[in-house]
Parts: sequence; C-alpha cells; structure tokens
Amino acid sequence: MWRFLARTIVQRLLLLVVISIVSHTVIHLAPGEPSEVDAMNPMMKAEDVARIRKSFHLDEPIYLQYVHWVKDLATGELKSFRDGLPVVPKIWQRFLNSLPLFLCTTVIVWTASFPIGIHAALKRGSRYDRSTTFVAYTLISIPGFFLSYVLILWVVRIFQLPVIGLATFGTERANGAVRVMDRVWHLAIPSIMSALTGIAVLSRYVRAQMLEVLGQDYVRTARAKGLDEDHVVYGHALRNALLPFVTMFGLLLPGLISGSVIFEQVFAWPGLGLLGYEAILARDFPVILTLNFVAAALTLFGILLSDILYALVDPRIRLQ
Amino acid sequence: MSVPVGPAPAIEALAAPHADAEALGIAETPAQQLWRTFRKDRLAMLGLYALCTLLAVALIGHLLTSWWVLFDPTTVRLPDKLLPPFSTASSALSAELMPPFHAYPFGTDELGRNVFARMLQGAFVSLSVGIVAVSISLGIGITVGGLAGFYGERKLGPLSIDSLLMRFTDVVLCFPTFFLILTVVALLPPSIYNIMIVIGITSWMSTARFVRAEFLALREQDFVTAAKALGLSEGRIIFRHMMPNAMAPVLVSATINVAHAILTESALSFLGFGVRPPYATWGNILADGRSYIFDAPWLFLIPGAAILLVVLAFNLVGEGLRDALNPKLRKRVG
Repeated sequence: MWRFLARTIVQRLLLLVVISIVSHTVIHLAPGEPSEVDAMNPMMKAEDVARIRKSFHLDEPIYLQYVHWVKDLATGELKSFRDGLPVVPKIWQRFLNSLPLFLCTTVIVWTASFPIGIHAALKRGSRYDRSTTFVAYTLISIPGFFLSYVLILWVVRIFQLPVIGLATFGTERANGAVRVMDRVWHLAIPSIMSALTGIAVLSRYVRAQMLEVLGQDYVRTARAKGLDEDHVVYGHALRNALLPFVTMFGLLLPGLISGSVIFEQVFAWPGLGLLGYEAILARDFPVILTLNFVAAALTLFGILLSDILYALVDPRIRLQ
Repeated sequence: MSVPVGPAPAIEALAAPHADAEALGIAETPAQQLWRTFRKDRLAMLGLYALCTLLAVALIGHLLTSWWVLFDPTTVRLPDKLLPPFSTASSALSAELMPPFHAYPFGTDELGRNVFARMLQGAFVSLSVGIVAVSISLGIGITVGGLAGFYGERKLGPLSIDSLLMRFTDVVLCFPTFFLILTVVALLPPSIYNIMIVIGITSWMSTARFVRAEFLALREQDFVTAAKALGLSEGRIIFRHMMPNAMAPVLVSATINVAHAILTESALSFLGFGVRPPYATWGNILADGRSYIFDAPWLFLIPGAAILLVVLAFNLVGEGLRDALNPKLRKRVG
C-alpha cells in the first residue's frame, strides 16, 4: 500500500512536470503575445514593444522562459503581465470565491441525483422513468448559457431575486441578516443552474448502475430469502451500486477551474474560471500557465484520491 | 422449344436456406439485429428521424443559401431590422433585395438579415463543425488506440509502445479540456478550421481507450489467430478483421461526441471565440442574439431551440445505439 502510494506520487509528479512543459510550449508557440494585444495603438513604438518584451523575458528562448516561470513560481515572485500583482495570491483569492459555488453545486448534484436515479431504476419503463430520461437528455443537450439566460429572466421577473455577482452593490452597510440573505441568493441561483446539467448526467449514471446491480444474482438471492424490498434495494443493491461513484468523487476536483468558465461569465462571478478567461483575453501568460498547472495538479490529485478511496471501500481492490 | 422456367427454383433455392437459418435464429446479420433492437427504442427512433430531417435541411439549406441570391444570409436590409417571425418585408426594399415570398419566417436580426436564411446556413456549418471535429478525433483516437492495442508489446527503447502511448493519453487527459480549447482558440488566428481541429485534438482520448481495450481483447481471439495463420498482412488483419469488431463503442462515443462538439462550439461563440463572420453557425447566432434578449427574443430562442434539438437528437441516437449494442440489454428486450 505505502509503496504503491510512494510510487504513484512520484509518477504523478513527473507527469505534472511533463504537463507543465507541454502547456508552456503550446501557449508560447501559439501566435499572439502580450505585447501585441494593443497592436493598433499608435503610441506603441517599436522600442516600447521591445522594452515590454524584455521585461517579461519574452525575447529569450522558450526553455529559458520556462526556467523563469518555474523559478518565479517557486519563490512566489511570479507577477501577472497585466497588473503586476503576484499570481499566487491572486489565484488563491479567486479560488476562495469559486469554492462556495463549487461546493454548493456539488452538494445539490449529489443529493438530488441519487433519489431521482434510484427511483427511475426501480420503476424501470414507467412513465416516471421515461419522463426523467427525456428531461435528463434535454438538460444535457441545452447549451448551459442559453438555459441560464432564460432562467435568469424568469427568476428575476417572478421572484425578484438578485443574481449577478457576489453580492448586491450598496448592501455593505445593511445589517447582517440582509447581507447574509443577499449572499445566499447570489450563491443559490448560479449553483442551482450549474447543478441542473450535473443532476441530469449523474442521475442517468445512478439509474444505469442500479439497473446493472439489480440484475445480479445476489440481489435475487436476497429477495429469495425473503428480505423486505427496502433492505434489498438499500442494503444490498445500493451499497454495491455506489462503488463506481467513489471514483467519480475524486474526478470532480478539476471541475473547480474548467467547469465554471461559462457560468461564472453568465453570473459575473469573480472565480477561477473568469480569471482564466480574462487572462486569456489579455494574453497574461503567467496566470494562464499557473491556472493550467493548478488544474492539472488537481486532476492528478483527484485521480489519486479516487484510487485510494476505491481501495478503501472495495476490499476486492488491492493497490500494487 | 421449351425453355426451363428459370426464376421459380432460384427463388426457392434462395428462400430455403433463409427459412432454415431463421428457424435456427441466425438469419440476421449483426447490423440487422442492431437495427431490430434499435427500432424498438422510441426515443432513439425519434432522434434518428430528427437527425435525418436536420441533415436534409442542412444540405438543402447549404444549396439554397449559396445558389439563390435572394436567400443570401449576409444580405443587409436595414429598413427591416429586428422584425418578429412571420412578418412580411417592407415595401421600402427594392426588388432585388426582396426576401423570397416577401416574408421572414424567423424574423430578422439587428442588421435586417433574414434569420431563416442564416439558420439554414448555420445548420450546415454547425453540423460540419461537429462532424469534422469528431472525424479528426476518431482518426487520432483509432490510430493511437489501435497502435497501443495491436503493437503494444513491442519495445521502443525502455518502454513498451502501449505504456508510451497510454501515458501520453493520460497526459492529455489531465489538461482541463475546455480551458485548453479556449486558450488555443484565443491565441490562434480565428478560423472555422482551427476550431474544428482544436475540438478534434482535445477529444480523442476516450476513443483511444475504447479501441485499445477492444483490441487487447480481440487480439487473443481465435479468428485473429486464424487470420495470422493464413498469412494475412497485418494491415488486413487490423482493418478487415479487428476494426469492424472494435467499432461498437467507438460508434456510440462518436455520436455523442458530435453533440458535445456542437455544444462546445456554441460555448466558444458565447465567450467570443467562436466561428467568425461571414460564417453563421447556430452558436454565434445565439451568442449575438443575447444582446437583444428583451427587444427581439426570437434571435435568442430560435437558435437555442435549434441547438437543443440537434444535440438532443445526437444524444438520443447515441444512447439508443449504446443500448442496442449492449448484448445484456438486447437479451432482455427480446
């Protein structure tokens, strides 16, 4: 077990280095540089461009730029091209903004999907099953921002709820209860909307997994020995059906960054996804690279986590 | 002179083994069996009908918009801007600017362009973005997966080809896909081909894994050993004998990936990195329409509904195929 862990961690770290080199190369080789963002500005003279390029190390060969990036990241000196602010605290602050949205969405998705999916599996072929199947496919097929826009209009018109940003302007001096409720509404609407697709996908998985398990011999045995249906479904079937979902839990982590670009853009939520989007627009290489790096690290960590969890819950799995 | 009556015995000869085989239950080719199971799935059939209609619409639309001048989706008619659906063209337009039948079935946009014509053109572009992107990803995925599965045991230096290719797949899987697409598309010069290519090269990983898994299983099967014993070339074994047997999961994931690619394109358009004018895609009509969501909701709702329909159709067909190809389910269904 411990040897397995040590070996995988070393492998993953190596992989991370490879990924950072590849993404660095891809981003630097693609056309377009920070010095060219404002190409139409007549005040930008050739020597200004040269000075900008020099101060960002853009005039050096790629491998040296990579060394600079790693060195700056390690010492915490890495600065954004756009505003000169240190990158790591910037990302950390945006991470703290993204976290509540991510947690809320995840909780909604995981609490709603299981009852929906299990019920559909138990009532296979019924009207409920067919209608949830259809609704789930529809939700999967709608572009996220389209649904959000339509629902925002509806929510704002009917319930008069605030939706855009972290909090309403001008409520800083209101009393505590108003502020808290304001934050809660601002959090609730985006999380419900980004959860909708998640619920559709996950409840389909739950249904498929339950159907698979309900067809197994041990479920028939449990029924044959006269156990009541609840015990069969929740004690025998569900416990085994849950196993693959443990793996999915670890794979959620990278969604923190890449899954949220659209929704953060729709709701003007200043999180990691929006930070990445702004950085891409401004060709802010240090921020793009560091975000990519963090996302890859989260993915690798998520895979490791799910491997370990799987070994913990399923005694048939041996890590070696 | 009597000529023996030809057809009758021939039909009999053809029909007889057929009936025999039916009695044995082996009358159907795998494709027929697939179709029989698929046909029972009503949602999937609905999706298939929708897809066929859309394909026809896209093809006819492409012909109409490129050959019929009046249908030109780029014609700007400023007197007629932001007209609601089913409105008639104003009389201020000159004869050569008149839309076909003097009507705008889907209304007009902020420049007075005919939304119906734009949607027709967009149907072709959107579908081709999806299909070309998926073809690229299939090409890469099948090559990587096939090489890893078939030649996996050969060594290339210290590592086997299999572990080399699969570690590479893992590396690519670790990139945050949408973020990577966004980065590359934002940095590359804007062109519809770049978007197809970028979506294609960021979505081949699951195909590669499926193909590799199938190949690993097939490699040990008797018919492959037999083919090798017959002295067939490796290319023939791979493409003629193994590939058709490995296609089932690939087909399913390809169908669903087309849906994904169309959604990705619309998301990119929303963020402002989509297909640029003069090409109209459903994604960028939708993304442009959101600025007029209060004044001209049809500019937003029509492309949104269209995307929903086509993606839904692809998803339903994909899931129907998955069910029909799953032997366990097939037994249960009939």
